Amino acid sequence: MEKFIPIPSRPAPVVEVGLIGWMRKNLFSSIPNTLVTLFTVYMMWIVLVPFLNWAFISADWIGDSRQDCDSGGACWVFVTVRWNLFMYGFYPEDSYWRPNLAFILLLGILVWLSVPRLPFKKWVAIAALTVYPVAAYTLLYGGFGLDVIPTHRWGGLMLTLVLALIGIVVAIPIGILLALGRRSEMPVIRMVCVIFIEFWRGVPLITILFMASVMLPLFFAGGTDADKLMRALIGIVMFQSAYMAEVVRGGLQALSKGQFEGADALGLSYWQKMNLVVLPQALKIMIPGIVNTLISLFKDTSLIVIIGLLDVLGMVRQALADPAWLGYPAEGYLFAAFMFWIFCFSMSRYSIYLEDRLNTGHRK
Amino acid sequence: MTNQQDFIITLKNVNKWYGEFHVLKDINLNVKMGERIVICGPSGSGKSTMIRCINHLEEHQEGDIVVDGVLLNNDLKNIGQIRKEVGMVFQHFNLFPHLTVLQNCTLAPIWVRKMPQKEAEAIAMKYLERVKIPDQANKYPGQLSGGQQQRVAIARSLCMNPRVMLFDEPTSALDPEMIKEVLDVMVELAQEGMTMLCVTHEMGFAKKVADRVIFMDAGQIIEENEPESFFNNPQSDRTKLFLSQVLGH
Ligand SMILES: Nc1ncnc2c1ncn2[C@@H]1O[C@H](COP(=O)(O)OP(=O)(O)O)[C@@H](O)[C@H]1O
Ligand SMILES: [Mg+2]
Repeated sequence: MEKFIPIPSRPAPVVEVGLIGWMRKNLFSSIPNTLVTLFTVYMMWIVLVPFLNWAFISADWIGDSRQDCDSGGACWVFVTVRWNLFMYGFYPEDSYWRPNLAFILLLGILVWLSVPRLPFKKWVAIAALTVYPVAAYTLLYGGFGLDVIPTHRWGGLMLTLVLALIGIVVAIPIGILLALGRRSEMPVIRMVCVIFIEFWRGVPLITILFMASVMLPLFFAGGTDADKLMRALIGIVMFQSAYMAEVVRGGLQALSKGQFEGADALGLSYWQKMNLVVLPQALKIMIPGIVNTLISLFKDTSLIVIIGLLDVLGMVRQALADPAWLGYPAEGYLFAAFMFWIFCFSMSRYSIYLEDRLNTGHRK
Repeated sequence: MTNQQDFIITLKNVNKWYGEFHVLKDINLNVKMGERIVICGPSGSGKSTMIRCINHLEEHQEGDIVVDGVLLNNDLKNIGQIRKEVGMVFQHFNLFPHLTVLQNCTLAPIWVRKMPQKEAEAIAMKYLERVKIPDQANKYPGQLSGGQQQRVAIARSLCMNPRVMLFDEPTSALDPEMIKEVLDVMVELAQEGMTMLCVTHEMGFAKKVADRVIFMDAGQIIEENEPESFFNNPQSDRTKLFLSQVLGH
């Protein structure tokens, strides 16, 4: 009998190498492709070049009044003179270190949690959810010897971050509980969760904020004393939890029934099954959905302007109305857009990074 | 007369419906300690449903199921008690893809049996050796072949030191060349005296290890016998037809 000898494997052919090869393959592979490439380059030329010229090359960066803006380009002085206002609202200047410190601590935690080599991840995460909120609250609001700075003085980017962060962190666990409740075998729990979710999901956030500021005080005696920011936060958290619940439900549904049965058959209790088997997998699937709702919440925080709180966009708009600085809406809105974009884009990248890290690469 | 106590599993007049559909009809079954039972029958006859009732993955509506002296009802404590003692191996393995092989095996011992991690790992390695894949302990299930995954699933069940093992078509989802490695593990397990209820169409396995073969159709147990008589001398024409189809090719 003849012995079977497999043909040895050869490396894949290398057709295109280098920049020229890449361009030929991707930009000029055919006549239509070449035309599209040329057209795109032309469009970029006529749009981007004047924009870059306006925004950077002939822009004014330094100064302290509009008289310093005489070059005809963008007047970034408009932003630089109000930088503190845009960042901190009416927070007292000598206390800027407090929000700064809170923010640096937050960044430290996030970096710690995402660098694989650093140890004690579990403890850092626990501290992030227990110690950090207390510390951040004390820093921002006051207490333990720090002056109290009432929340109506908070504003700008700092307020945006506070709203988004609290909205996110509180809404995730509530959302998970609501989603589990919605799938519960107990009809009463299921019904309560469905009603809650459908109510908050069916109402626009702007209405909720309005209700929180106007109606809440009517219903609850003493509600008028409740902090405006606190009321807005409660509304945001309710709204966000409902959305989160639906994202979580989607993740739960994506898991095969076999995972639930495997855990059941081993004798795990309901909460063990959820915590050890179901949620770790479901959360991984849900990351894009969660980040999606987070990004939209982040942007929606601007709506609190209707109850008289000024986030970064609110601050910019207020500045635009300043008679001494009329005529710079492009700079103002561009700056606000850029601030939002930086954070939303970072969240998006962070989520992709997380997905990669959590992916054991071997889904069934 | 055998005493109730001698049976590790008793099903008495068990009936179950899915909505209007009567899926299990008056099922009576007694399983002795150490007995190996193979359950076969056409698809949709209720084999899975029956064994899944034993660890309450499905709920029966009428009749009594007693496992290891514990009556199965809606009491969560009883259900938990029974599931601790009853291992189950599924057609599609149902391993946890986010955990390594070793973590899959130690999860239940640590959380359900409250075993220290070191001890659980030692036991897990022992069983992974028994199913001949100790070298895969730190891989994820998705990195293993189907046959290896099913062997991990068997090891995972064994780590709970169950008194009974239920198998629901453990080789049906496997490529032909992997069926044998899983069956070999099961044969070994049978020879060590494990009480087994096994839904399978592997008639060779049935002939080799079964003390009893049960044939089900339309939600009923039609026939049960020792493998010898079951295969050579089936009593009902339904059984004959089924056997001719299964053994025919
Ligand atoms: N969750 C369910 N809801 C409704 N019908 C079901 C369900 N599960 C199984 N059945 C039906 O019950 C019958 C028995 O199913 P099963 O026990 O899985 O059969 P087998 O394992 O013998 O192939 C089949 O007709 C099947 O369609
Ligand atoms: Mg089946």
